[in-house]
Amino acid sequence: MSDEKKTVLSMRHINKTFPGVKALSDAQLTLREGEIHALMGENGAGKSTLIKVLTGVEEFETGEIIMDGKSIINTSPQEAGNNGISTVYQEVNLCPNLTVAENIFIGREPMKMGRIDWKTMNTQAQKILDNLELEIDATQELENYSVAIQQMVAIARAVDIQSKVLILDEPTSSLDEGEVEKLFKVMNMLKKRGTAIVFVTHFLEQVYAVCDRITVLRNGHFVGEYKTEELPRFKLVATMMGKEFDDLADIKGSGTSSKKQSDEVVIEAKGLYHKGTIKPFDIKIHKGEVVGLSGLLGSGRSELVRAIYGADKPDGGELYVKGEKLDVKAPIDAMHKGMAYCPEDRKVEGIIADLSVRENMILALQAKRGMFKLMSRKEQEELTDKYIKMLQVKTASRETPIKSLSGGNQQKVILGRWLMTEPDFLILDEPTRGIDVGTKTEIQKLVVKLANEGMSVVFISSEVEEMLRTVTHMGILRDGEKVGELEESELSQENVMKAIAGGDK
Amino acid sequence: MDKLKKMTSYRLFWPIVCLALVLLFNLIKSPSFFEISIKNGVLYGYLVDIFNRSSELIILAVGMTLCVASSAGTDISVGAIMALSGAVSVYLLGSGETYAIPWIAAILIGLVVSVLCGMWNGFLVANMKIQPMVATLILFTAGRGMAQLITGGNNLYVKVDSFKYLGGFLPHIPVPTPILVAIIVVILATLFLNKTATKLYIESVGINPRASRLFGLNSTKIIFITYAACGLCAGIAGMIATSRITSIDANNVGNLMELDAILAVALGGNSLAGGKFSVAGSVIGAITIQALSTTLYAMKVTGDQLPLYKAIVVIIIVTLQSPEFKKYLNRIKAKRAAKTAGEKVA
Amino acid sequence: MAMVEKIKNKLRGNGFLLAVTIVLFFVLYIAGAILYGDRNFTSPQVFLNLFISNAGLIIAAVGMTFVLITGGIDISIGSVIGVVCMMLAWMMEVKHMSAVVAIILVLVFGVIFGLVQGFLVAYLKIQPFIVTLGGMFFARGLTALISSDMISIENPTFLSLANYRIYFGFITYYNNRGVAMHPYIYLSVVIALLVVAISFVILRYTKFGRAVFAVGGNEQSALLMGLNPKVTKLKVYVLNGFLASLAGFAFCLNSCGGFVEQARGFEMDAIAAAVIGGTLLTGGVGTVVGSLFGSLIKGIIETIITFQGTLSSWWTRIVIALLLCFFVILQSVFKSIREKRLAQGNEK
Repeated sequence: MSDEKKTVLSMRHINKTFPGVKALSDAQLTLREGEIHALMGENGAGKSTLIKVLTGVEEFETGEIIMDGKSIINTSPQEAGNNGISTVYQEVNLCPNLTVAENIFIGREPMKMGRIDWKTMNTQAQKILDNLELEIDATQELENYSVAIQQMVAIARAVDIQSKVLILDEPTSSLDEGEVEKLFKVMNMLKKRGTAIVFVTHFLEQVYAVCDRITVLRNGHFVGEYKTEELPRFKLVATMMGKEFDDLADIKGSGTSSKKQSDEVVIEAKGLYHKGTIKPFDIKIHKGEVVGLSGLLGSGRSELVRAIYGADKPDGGELYVKGEKLDVKAPIDAMHKGMAYCPEDRKVEGIIADLSVRENMILALQAKRGMFKLMSRKEQEELTDKYIKMLQVKTASRETPIKSLSGGNQQKVILGRWLMTEPDFLILDEPTRGIDVGTKTEIQKLVVKLANEGMSVVFISSEVEEMLRTVTHMGILRDGEKVGELEESELSQENVMKAIAGGDK
Repeated sequence: MDKLKKMTSYRLFWPIVCLALVLLFNLIKSPSFFEISIKNGVLYGYLVDIFNRSSELIILAVGMTLCVASSAGTDISVGAIMALSGAVSVYLLGSGETYAIPWIAAILIGLVVSVLCGMWNGFLVANMKIQPMVATLILFTAGRGMAQLITGGNNLYVKVDSFKYLGGFLPHIPVPTPILVAIIVVILATLFLNKTATKLYIESVGINPRASRLFGLNSTKIIFITYAACGLCAGIAGMIATSRITSIDANNVGNLMELDAILAVALGGNSLAGGKFSVAGSVIGAITIQALSTTLYAMKVTGDQLPLYKAIVVIIIVTLQSPEFKKYLNRIKAKRAAKTAGEKVA
Repeated sequence: MAMVEKIKNKLRGNGFLLAVTIVLFFVLYIAGAILYGDRNFTSPQVFLNLFISNAGLIIAAVGMTFVLITGGIDISIGSVIGVVCMMLAWMMEVKHMSAVVAIILVLVFGVIFGLVQGFLVAYLKIQPFIVTLGGMFFARGLTALISSDMISIENPTFLSLANYRIYFGFITYYNNRGVAMHPYIYLSVVIALLVVAISFVILRYTKFGRAVFAVGGNEQSALLMGLNPKVTKLKVYVLNGFLASLAGFAFCLNSCGGFVEQARGFEMDAIAAAVIGGTLLTGGVGTVVGSLFGSLIKGIIETIITFQGTLSSWWTRIVIALLLCFFVILQSVFKSIREKRLAQGNEK
């Protein structure tokens, strides 16, 4: 029955390249009238890019988008809107300084005698909000409301535009259960009306609660389109992560089982938390241990380490470094205690784009030593050369600006920056994202080597396989909460995926 | 070809070319331009004059460079700080036949005032997170008023001869003192920036404050320091300007100098969006502005018409620096290339 | 009860800043009335003089408000006013053009000036500060190029416009000597108030006006919601150029002449007036009514200092700087309170 539904939109053979990265290759998506379609994939799978291509935020190189039998190309969000595609983005894309009503209506305000009819606008907006059972005042400025409410307003706006295709790009990450329920109600209502909805989320329960079909992308490739009822939960996780269950046995054996264990506790957190991102958690990390943190995007795996390192100052709980209590006011405090942190977002939080490889490498060590103890040029060069050689950084010279290096080499420079400080405890958040396979293996090997030399490492990656190869045990996170740990003996791809997915369902 | 490319990509290439063009133009117009002679034991000549007159601007530009680099903002209060610190010193020295308090004490107190002003700006920008332009607008508005308050609204004169030394000549030294002071400031600043990690810190904070925090830099402190330093530079420039006219004229000392200082920073090839900077570039920028002014004066352009030509230079430079403009040019180039390629195929 | 709630809601956030400004104006006025009531401070003419002497500032501050709401800045306003006065004087006195033609030409000049600045800001994405710094130099230099000497305007049409008094016949008061007087305003005040009223309507009741706020609130969002930020910004700078030249005309009605140094630093007065009126320099927030009161606050401080007699005029600038400081810190505190409250709201 559902197969006979009319196709509203189809994207075929979409290719898109960012400098140095193939973001989409031969990606596709098919939307039918009155269906809710989940678009799934891990970090870097190309979900966001595919949506940006569809809504005209990004251009694409080849492929075509067919809507109602006609080929279309959207060059701007306005054009996408005119073609009947409206979008709710993950980041709230509204104007905080305008009222709620305006945010719903801007660009299409009701007019009376050549001027904006505020009264009608406010009452209409209030009606829309009431329909969504949102108890907020449409005449208030948006910035007076929480991010969750703002997200609901964005949804209200998109819904009211009554387009043929509605794209919801991770709209639920800031919503609580009640709000998600409301959203689902609206989605089901729109579905009955015949709207095709693309739903991007990293919450698996939500996929199974509302979606009719699932399209999975991986590394920019189209993996497959499935009916929800035909794809069990852990199979979905496996599809997203790219491993068939039959292959599992091979990987298990290739892990390094010779990891030394020590009883010396390097890091211990008790009830550490950061409001709104990570719920109170306990964790113990021993000397020479590689701890993996696993969970889907947004599960709190990054936020957990950020709280330990003081990148986001924790709102409560206690942290002990080698048995000593530590109050982290700023990352420098953590650094002085021997911590190091390679952040997830290399571009925003890692590199200093205009500075040279040398400057980028020595910065952390220099900051640790203090402003007035400038390292001599000779020392800087020797250390930089040492780590360029050790990490095999491919750069024209040590004075090349880091921005002209490839992603993988930038990552190595950042790694070098931290190794130079000779830390006891190294946090690596997605150190291998977006870099080639060869470099990935090098980094994995390095992690194991460092641990064998006595360094404690936290390793976070979206690729379970990669973690299985390197970690001694693993913490599992779901929805901002640390929900469990897997010991070395329990580590298998299947167990991890089941733990991430939340059971056998 | 490669060599040329390498040369043009050198940071200071275009600023130096600008300055060279201005000087060359003068050389052609009046061959005596580069002549330097000694009259009455002091140096004379166009070049000396340009250098001498640009001293205050050079000193201001050094401080401004730091603010721009660390906070991507401009300190528009430097002119007012010049007037205020000058007024304090002159007031303390008094208008008697001898100094009311020792010269050095008056100068030091004046400089302390300027540093306090800079720290106030730094506090607003770094700690209160107020946009630099707005934060410094406060002192821009109040600074001259406070200076007037100190002088009682009159131009105060210092009658002691030795007061002229700073803005004129020291006995038996043929080089104008402002040039010496400017050189000392530039050298000290360069040493401090490069012999400590300060330059690296400022650039890092200016380019990516978030990443800088993660590897242990305190951006609040660093931005604060740059504004305090900028205040000090303004104070020094104020002392020279006051000494030149052996008096304080709170309305006119340093008037509009803040704009020239910002212009000097931009002309020196420094991005006003912060980040990597070159003090040497700003110095070249400052000298270029003065050379341009001197040249235009020589061409019978009056002082008050000067801004017109400055404006044209500013707009041309920033347009050429604009990434959007470059994108636009590239698009035209690409189109042309596509066209010729198409013709070849045809 | 509902009324109280409504007012409370209005006063939350940015409405509060505007309320502080308006209250401050009346507090200053009442303070002046108490201190100098015996010297006719309360006479209607003294009140109206606030408008007469600040008509140009009001217009300029309104234009500045538009620019500031988009998150930009324009520091060329003072120079534009200067060059407009000079052009008017030169065209009428040296070139003997008719007053009407001269006025139209300077307004066209303002529009073109704004168009160029707007293009550089919106389409070439050059920082507004630098663009308008160039504009400032350019206009000031142009003034000097036209004439380095002062030109007084003697054109009869222009002078009759300048001296045209509009009396409020229904109000009568008695001056120091006990003579019955009617208070009056000049043409420039009418222009200024019209500008405030029209700008208020534009900002509040037109799509363009709301787009101005949206662009200042979040340019990226505005784009994604289907607005065109570039065009909006361009229009704002054009409007501002026009208002700057109109302010120049109003200014000239008061000064009746042009000279090189005229209206130097006026842009900072306009910015100060807008900031005191509750406009945020980060963009997205501002009202023309606030800017009107911001301008009047400067006027009332000047008036009080004049009445006081012994304080010199630079006190005006110091007091304005203090107010500026007060408002800037108030805004900053407000922002952090809101952020804190939201952080807690997000927690739940």
